[in-house]
Order: sequence, then structure tokens, then C-alpha cells
Amino acid sequence: MRSAVVLFPGSNRDHDMVKALHSVTGIKPTVVWHQDATLPDVDLIVLPGGFSYGDYLRCGAIAARSPAMLDVARKAKAGVRVLGVCNGFQILTEAGLLPGALMRNAHLRFVCKEVKLEVTNNDTDFTRAYAKGQVIRCPVAHHDGNYFADPETLARLEGDGRVAFRYAEGTNPNGSINDIAGILNEAGNVLGMMPHPENLIEALHGGFDGRGLFESVATSLAA
Amino acid sequence: MFQNDIDITPDLISRHGLKPDEYDRILRLIGRKPTLTELGIFSAMWNEHCSYKSSKKWLKTLPTKGEKVVIGPGENAGVIDIGDGDVAIFKMESHNHPSYIEPYQGATTGVGGILRDVFTMGARPIAAMNSLSFGEPDHPKTRHLVAGVVAGVGGYGNSFGVPTIGGEVRFHARYNGNCLVNAFALGIAKRDGIFLSEAKGVGLPVVYLGAKTGRDGVGGATMASAEFDDTIEEKRPTVQVGDPFTEKRLLEACLELMKTGAVVAIQDMGAAGLTCSAVEMGAKGNLGIRLDLDRVPQREEDMTPYEMMLSESQERMLMVLEPSKEKEAEAVFRKWELDFAVCGVTTDDLRFRIIWQGKEVANLPIKELGDEAPEYDRPWVEPKTAAPLADDAIPAVNDVGAALIRLMGAPDQASRAWVYEQYDCLVQGNSAQIPGGDAGVVRVEGTNKALAMSADVTPRYCDADPFEGGKQAVAESWRNVTAVGGDPIALTDNLNFGNPEKPEAMGQFVRALQGIAEACRALNFPIVSGNVSLYNETNGVGILPSPTIVGVGLLPDVTKMATIAFKADGDEVLLVGGHGSHLGQSVYLRDLHGREEGTPPPVDLTLEKKNGDFVRGLIASGRVTTCHDLSDGGLGVALAEMAMAGRRGVRVELGGLAPHVAVFAEDQARYLIALKPGDVSAILADAAKSGVSVERIGTVGGDAVDFGPAGKASVTDLKAAYDSWFPAFMGGKA
Repeated sequence: MRSAVVLFPGSNRDHDMVKALHSVTGIKPTVVWHQDATLPDVDLIVLPGGFSYGDYLRCGAIAARSPAMLDVARKAKAGVRVLGVCNGFQILTEAGLLPGALMRNAHLRFVCKEVKLEVTNNDTDFTRAYAKGQVIRCPVAHHDGNYFADPETLARLEGDGRVAFRYAEGTNPNGSINDIAGILNEAGNVLGMMPHPENLIEALHGGFDGRGLFESVATSLAA
Repeated sequence: MFQNDIDITPDLISRHGLKPDEYDRILRLIGRKPTLTELGIFSAMWNEHCSYKSSKKWLKTLPTKGEKVVIGPGENAGVIDIGDGDVAIFKMESHNHPSYIEPYQGATTGVGGILRDVFTMGARPIAAMNSLSFGEPDHPKTRHLVAGVVAGVGGYGNSFGVPTIGGEVRFHARYNGNCLVNAFALGIAKRDGIFLSEAKGVGLPVVYLGAKTGRDGVGGATMASAEFDDTIEEKRPTVQVGDPFTEKRLLEACLELMKTGAVVAIQDMGAAGLTCSAVEMGAKGNLGIRLDLDRVPQREEDMTPYEMMLSESQERMLMVLEPSKEKEAEAVFRKWELDFAVCGVTTDDLRFRIIWQGKEVANLPIKELGDEAPEYDRPWVEPKTAAPLADDAIPAVNDVGAALIRLMGAPDQASRAWVYEQYDCLVQGNSAQIPGGDAGVVRVEGTNKALAMSADVTPRYCDADPFEGGKQAVAESWRNVTAVGGDPIALTDNLNFGNPEKPEAMGQFVRALQGIAEACRALNFPIVSGNVSLYNETNGVGILPSPTIVGVGLLPDVTKMATIAFKADGDEVLLVGGHGSHLGQSVYLRDLHGREEGTPPPVDLTLEKKNGDFVRGLIASGRVTTCHDLSDGGLGVALAEMAMAGRRGVRVELGGLAPHVAVFAEDQARYLIALKPGDVSAILADAAKSGVSVERIGTVGGDAVDFGPAGKASVTDLKAAYDSWFPAFMGGKA
């Protein structure tokens, strides 16, 4: 599986994502500078975590308008899989590739801890390696992860099975509506999620639960 | 209009923090009256914070050399060899005064400053830590300071992208008027890729990098070199404002630039910004520097040369450039959308010359600015030490289990999760041990080795006996690094004390340093960098003497790392170092009986080394993966922490010992280890051979820390007490 990681000024989990993709797929992803108007031809585009543009204005708002994002939107429309994690999720909502918004955490503090995630829908290119309803461990690290959408959007997301991950067992760390941790676009090829699967992929991290996400994408391509 | 040649009055001199005899020294040195800009430059270079004028005499006595020390004190940070051509570069620095005035910005810029110290030497920061001391919980300012400082530490480090993997938080009334914010950072570089501040070559361009210069922080270092009084709020404009986004870009740009061969010398702008960095580079390289201030990128209009030279705007660097690489270097900075301006030149005249609007506004001898700074041998007296406790003065408790629950829910022992969950401890993907254990551990990228580090000091011990307290701070940091399996290599210190012009406070400083030096020598644990923060006094009340130590060690194989959590029921628990008896200055006396009395536990450094080496050997050989050192609260608190981390209980036999003494004594040089029953006899035999006291004291299992007839505490109750205090306190309920 060929992948690309888009680097914005202020991205800081790009390195973690590159390592995870390399470790799971065996192929080192291409790192693309945000000013590049054309991304390489890849199977998966990843927008990594961090604080693009310092989270100034609104998280992800400035990065969403960078030249690379125009091509990400084009490619997403053409069916290329796109994953946004943490700040990447915020960028995807700001770019209009995913609905809703990520507000400041309900308790108004940054939070870094491990949470439990329920795999709400395992019939997606990003979650196939998990069982439906399976509860996995996953760390979060963010200040603005409180997902919100209007009732109509929310009903559509829920009704269409586009909630991929939900905080489980009372571990919602940020006040997200319906405990939403990750959602898909209508076509199912764009996933945004606040938790960091790339930080739970080896013994040093104390677990491997995050690998399934990357394995899912790789498998879905092979299929 | 800016007047550079104004009358230098005694009042003006005093407002620059200079004493009359220091001003006379300036007159002698330059043979004329200084200009206003020059006076500002002297005040920046000669204040306590920058010149170490009260502490230098004593700092020179500290052990700084060792087999693995590559660069000791004197550079931006210390450098140690960690094998395979890799080096670790680290330092700790205080931002106490600014954090008390403006907690969020004070803390962020403290973190930003220490990160810059590390990456200016060519290292990518891979770990951060901090040591925070606040006033008593019910003091009206404490919550505000805790909330602001913690958010600030996180706000900067999280955005910058460095994992904060440990630290300490304490409360004590003696910090009511002065909180302590000590920030530590560690980075990794190649041994042949270290960058220094020493300028080389005449006529080379001096380049300004990073963010623009504003008026923030003008006079900050001078502010940090004075006592506080009730006018403290007026000092808010002297605090700088941090921008981690710019720092992150500056990091990436600098590391990219360093690869191009363009950097001859580089120095970050910290305290006293342009002044200190330029003088440092010139003086170290035996060169003069001429700066043209009209070329300095400015964020505000009509800035005077005085303001520019004293500004402490953040996220800035000064570099001497290899001229053939100018275009390439500039392109790197343009890519990262940062300023790059050639604003000066190295000269052969050993003068520090400042040009502004075509006029020379300062012309000073560059070496003397640093070298001829005043140095004081401050008078000191042997500090008062606490009287020993009489054995019969120590009250017992009926139920050590109930006492343990109370201790775990007390402000200094309660869980710090409320604090460290605001820090990203995982970014970069190499964190092997995050806050909550004995030491933070990060893997060195691409290898199987890891670095362990721990921030420690027990200020109440230092106050009761500065010499023993100084020893203990070093020993505890060494012990914590050992307890995860690390081989301690070197340390950085952050020496926080009161007003050095008071002989009693100076005596605390001197005696604590003597204790530190003795422990460093005995444990072969040299000091490679550090920082001194004096004048931590408000309205005449000084802080507890607080020499924070961060020890750093190497784990050759991270898969063998030990953690504090009990792993399996049935494992046997062994106590290394024997049962204790010392309750003077214990948290047992303080938190259960309201008494801060007695001498602190003495540190037998020979025993410390012997016991630590034995434990480290067990971990290195893979025979032990559960280990915890004993410190505040002794055996009881250590057992409770191991039980809570492992979510399982432990049954302990105390034999005929007085339970409150055995459970809560704070004798040093001790560890708990847990292992499979089948391995116990071999380890006991090895211990006997090595002359180390090791005894079996209990078995993992059940749902309580159970001392038999002396009482028990359920893990659930311990955890409830432990977890609830901090959130309740910050929520206004404790």
C-alpha cells in the first residue's frame, strides 16, 4: 500500500504516523509539503496530528486552505482513501470533507490519556480488521476534540452507519455528542478521528490495538 | 525621540538593579560614563540571573567531569555520550518569577526557553519534564497559579511536539509568595553534530533568525534577580509571551539549516535576548561583534536601541553564517515562514558595537562584559538545622491501613493525573514510561536503548538540614533512574533559593551545594548543566531551599525496563535495604500529626550505591521487572502505589516491628521488588554475597494492602483517596 502524509507547519505527529504506516504496511510513506499543489498517486492520504498553524484562528482552519488540501479534496472525490487523525480530523471538517465541528473539550483542558473505543461499524475500509462492537484501547491527546453536529446531520451519520468509532465504557474524554470519536464521509473513503491509533502499535506502547486500522486499509486495497 | 546620552543618575542606576560599586566598576572598565543603551546592556549582563555573581564561587566546586561527559556546564546545555555515536543534550531552567506574575505565559516561555537551549546545540528534543512548587492549597493564589502554570507547560510542549514524561508537583506555605517552575528538556544528536555558540572567523555575517523583536520582556532578567514585594502586579509587562508554533518551525528550520553546513556558531536568545547572545558568541570566540539594529526584524514601531537590546521576545536565534551558504540558509527560513536577516558582522576589535539609525549607540569591550562581571563571596552562616526527634515524641496510630489511605489522599501524595493528563506524553511514539512511575523513559529512535530521567528534591529535608537535603535530592534522582533499570550517567540541577544577600539564605545555598557535590562524587554522577534562581523571597519570607535535580541514565535494552505495578498474584515482594526507623521530617508526621519536625533521614551514600547497583543488576539481567524506590511515605506509600498501578493487593508481614515506624519511616537507599516465588532464593543468596540487605516481606494478591493485625487498606479505598484529591481541589471542593 502506497501512502502519503501531508506535512503542515505545526504538524507534530507526522513522524509517528510515518512510523506506523511503515511498520504496518512495510512501505515508507511519502511526506508531502503543504505547499505542493499535487499529491503523488497513492492509495491512502493521511493528515497527521499536531497544531497546524499553532491552532490559531480555529484548529485546522488555516491548514484546510493550503494548496495541498485542494488536491486532497479532488482525490477524495475520486475515491482515494483519506485518514485525518486529531488535527487531521479538524482539518477535514474545516475543509468540508467531513460534516460537523470539533469544539474545545467540555472541561476546557488539554487531555492526554488512554480511552476505550467501540468499533461501531466494522464494515468500512478503515475498520475491517476489527469485530463489530469490539472495544479497543487507544490514546487521545487534544484540546479541541469535542465533536458536534446539528441534529439532522447527526441523524444521518448514525442512520448511515458513518460513526466508525465511539468512546466506550464511560471514557468520553471531551464531551463529544453521542460519544463520537470518528466518522466517515458519505462515500466511506474519508475517515476522521480524534484518537491516535498510531501511538498504540508496538510492545513499547504497551499494546497493538491501533494496528488494526492500518491493516484494514491495506486489506481493503488488496480485496 | 530617543535620548541615548542622558544623565546617568543614581536613581537610574538603581532601577537597573546595579549597586553603586557595580556602577563604579563600569566606569573603571570603560573609562567614561555609559550611554543609556550601554547601561541597559550592563544591567542585562551583570544581573544575578545572567552573571551568577553570587553563586559562581560555589558552582565551581561541583563535580562536572566523568567518562561519559562530552560537554559540561558553560554551554547552552550539557552533553553526555550514550553510545553508538549518539549524545543526549539536556538542561533544566527556572521560570519562577515570571510564572508567579503571569502563570500561563511564565510557564510557556520557561518551557520554550529550555527547548531552545537544547535544539540550538543541534539536538531534537525528545523529552521534557518539570518540577513545580506551589503555596499551600488553601492560599487564595494557589489554584490560579496551578491552573495557569500547568496549562502553560502543556500549551507550549504539546504544540511544539515534545512528550512531557514526568515531573513533580508540591505544595507548601513557604511557596505562597514565590512559586517554582523548573523546566527540563532533553534532546538527541550525533556526537559529531553538536553546535556551539563560539564565533569563528572575522568579517562573517551575523544572522538573526526566528520571530520578530517586540517590547515584551524588556528587563525580564533584572526582574528575576530581585525580591518581590506588594508591587508585584506592576511587573507584568516584564513577562514574555510564548508562541510554540513559531518555536516548532524554528526547530525544524534550525535542524534543516544545520545539515547544510551554513552554521558556524549559533546561540538562542534567552534572558536579555540580543545582548546576551551576541556577547556570548563574540566573547567565546575572541571576536568583536557589530550589530546594525535597523536590520533587526521588528514587530513594533519606533523601538529604541535600548528596548531592542533588552527585549526578551521569544523564539529567536543568532547565528554566525558561512557566507557561501547564505542563499541556501535563507531559503530554509523562508520555507518555514520565519525571519532571516543579516544584521551584523564579526570583527577583530573585541568590541561590542551597536549601530542604530546610522549612529553608534554602544561601544563596549565584549570580553569584559562577561568576564569582568562582579563576583561575590557572599557572607554566609551555618544554617539552622532542625533538632532530632526523641523516639517517645512520635505518636503511633491504631490502624496503619486507615493512616495510609489518609496519606494517599493528602495534597503531596495524591495522584498528579489532573496535572499530567494536560501534557502530551506520547507524541513522537517513543515513550516507554509515562508519568506515574519512578522515572520517565523514552526510547532512542531506531534503537533498542532508552533514556530514563527523574526530577527530584525534598525541600522540607533541605530546610531541616541543607547538607543532608542536598545529598538526598541527588540520591533520590539516582535511585529513581536505577529503579526503572537505568544506568545513571549525569544530572542537571536547578538551584532555587532565597535572597543570597542574607547570610542565613546564603548558608542554605552553600551547604546544599556541598551536599550535592558529595553525593555526585560518591555516586559518580556528575553535573553537566544547570541554573541558579536566587531571590525567591516575598516580603522577607524565603522559599524552602529547593535544589531540583534531574538525573539522566541509559537503559541499554528497553525491553528489560522495570515498572512499579504489581504484575501477578503470588509474586513475592522483597524489601531491599531493610526496614527503616526514621520518622523525622516524614510525611507521616506532617500529614497525620501536623508536625514538620526532626532531622531528615541521613543518606549513607556507600549504602545507596551498593543497594542501587544490586537492584540495577537484577533488572539488567532480566530477573526483575517490578521495582519501586522508597521515598516520601516510606514502605506504605510505595506498596500502595504498586498495588494501585497493578490493580491488585499485597499481604505484608511486619513481624514484631512497630507498625507505624516500619510502614512510614523514610530511611533512604531502599527499594521494593516483586518476582516469581521460584526466583526468590537465588536472589537472596546473591544479595548475601553482595552484602546487600534483602528480605522477603510479603506476597502479591488480594484486594488490599494488608498489614495483618496492624490494619489494611483496600486498593479501591486507596485509589478513591488518591484519585480524588487533585480534581476536588481544583474544582474548589478540597
